[in-house]
Amino acid sequence: MSDTGKAWVFGDNIDTDALAPGLYMKGPLSTLAEHCLEVVDPDFAPNVQQGDVIVGGNNFGIGSSREQAVEVLKLLGVRTLVAKSFAGIFFRNTLNFGVVALACDDAWKIRPGDQISTDPAKGKITNHTAGETYNCDPLPDQLLEMVIDGGLVEHLEKKLAKKDANQ
Amino acid sequence: MMGATLAEKIIAKAAGRESVKPGEFVTCDVDLAMMHDSGGPRRVKPILNKLGAKVWNPDKVVVITDHFVPPVDAMSAAILDLTRKWVVKNRIKNFHDMQGICHVVLPERGHLSPGMFVVGGDSHSPTGGAFGCFMFGVGATDMAGVLVTGQTWVKTPGTMRIDINGDLGVGVSAKDIILHLCGRIGMGGVQYQVVEYTGDTVANLPMTERMTLSNMAAELGAQAGLIAADETTSAYIRAAGGDAGDPAHWQSDADATYLATHTVDAAALSPYVAAPHSPANSAPVDEHKGVVVHQAYIGACTGAKLEDLHMAASVLKGRKVSNQTRLLLAPASTRITAAAAADGTLATLTEAGAILMPSGCGACAGYGAGILAEDEVCISSTARNFQGRMGAVSSKVYLGSPYTVAASAIAGHITDPREFLNGSTA
Repeated sequence: MSDTGKAWVFGDNIDTDALAPGLYMKGPLSTLAEHCLEVVDPDFAPNVQQGDVIVGGNNFGIGSSREQAVEVLKLLGVRTLVAKSFAGIFFRNTLNFGVVALACDDAWKIRPGDQISTDPAKGKITNHTAGETYNCDPLPDQLLEMVIDGGLVEHLEKKLAKKDANQ
Repeated sequence: MMGATLAEKIIAKAAGRESVKPGEFVTCDVDLAMMHDSGGPRRVKPILNKLGAKVWNPDKVVVITDHFVPPVDAMSAAILDLTRKWVVKNRIKNFHDMQGICHVVLPERGHLSPGMFVVGGDSHSPTGGAFGCFMFGVGATDMAGVLVTGQTWVKTPGTMRIDINGDLGVGVSAKDIILHLCGRIGMGGVQYQVVEYTGDTVANLPMTERMTLSNMAAELGAQAGLIAADETTSAYIRAAGGDAGDPAHWQSDADATYLATHTVDAAALSPYVAAPHSPANSAPVDEHKGVVVHQAYIGACTGAKLEDLHMAASVLKGRKVSNQTRLLLAPASTRITAAAAADGTLATLTEAGAILMPSGCGACAGYGAGILAEDEVCISSTARNFQGRMGAVSSKVYLGSPYTVAASAIAGHITDPREFLNGSTA
């Protein structure tokens, strides 16, 4: 079970250009993060706190394969995303960065500011403000292991170290 | 045994399995990994360094610079410099520097064959599906994982069949088919399953038009957009110096199970335009007729291949771009520019007033030259019109075919291209 975080709620089809605008892609990640989601909510980037939870509608993360779309969220302190559905490449990217992305039909029930915690292994999301629990797709073991390791790089590091130790 | 779809056959082969079922997580051997300057060496180098790992097989890696091309400042120049040095250090022979957009250059240089399992470090990687490959986009960390291990995982997708039949009318193209489908199925409507395009319309399309269908499978939310190989595919691959492989084997079985089948009557389609800020916000061009455009853009992997330029030229021949707008033309590759120069297309376009831009991703993703000011409106042959993608947050992008972009450039507002062609607008 994760720590509790405050929900920031967005609509359908939040795209990677909104998350990581192309105009700032060649610059440093910190600059890109300042512009994260500014086209939909200019208050988000300046105010989001460590541990806050992003809640979206359908197709969260549609668009480009740029993983900076996940990286800026992580830099801003977000470790958990809940949405009705995620775009495929974005979903892979979140797990690769050790960020939990949970697809949940009840995501729409979450209101801005609700206190949310999650259990990715069991596929449960708890809304402490509303006193509700929602079911979501659990992450399969092999992917959960990678997320717990902190992402794909950390996961590979561990695996390569194990391989070296066995040689 | 039950029949398999083309996607299932390719995944099974890559996973070393007899067969795979939709929903199964499998680890696959990667036949080819393609990356560009934005998501490529610049991003994977620090990961490989951290892991102390080498590229598993340099011969199976293709690097293409297209995003920060040509560099316009010290930051973009440094990204290209890093890319070039990394490629040399890692003995990547397949390096195409400033030769055009990766999705177009990859097949143009003969890298794709039917049945291949290919990862691309870009979201429009489904373009490769037009060659009967299972090609999908990944982020840079996923790519680094592939470079280290030669493998990646997939959750085996189901396949949605899109069966397109009938003759396209004058001034109607693959772009209009896919914009129509975006409106019908919705952006992301395929939910990371596969689409496979079939039918006599598809069979009659040249490879570049098939690539437009596969390319924008990304906008449908598909992991891959497949078209089974045929004689047209083999002829293209052979001309590109590639290996045409075994097209007869890489076909969906007649008794394969599809998630759904959508049918499209190509003959009934008119030119389509997608209004801001979604490709799914599409309708016949009539609905947006008269919208004033400050810029018309023919570019990108989606809309600046040789046939795209031919379409634009057929409208612009002997006509002029309105002095109320500007037409930017960025051919998708240097080979396309050369071919268009050789066959007179380039002269037709520039005489009409088109402004020639470098071959690269350019304005499409807001990386390169040609971006929009606040409140400006653009009609574009590209794939995406998300808010702010092509420049200022308040700018607006309409998507259309190269025919429609060209016609709108002449009129200075969104126009049905059939007004300039010998077709009926009825």
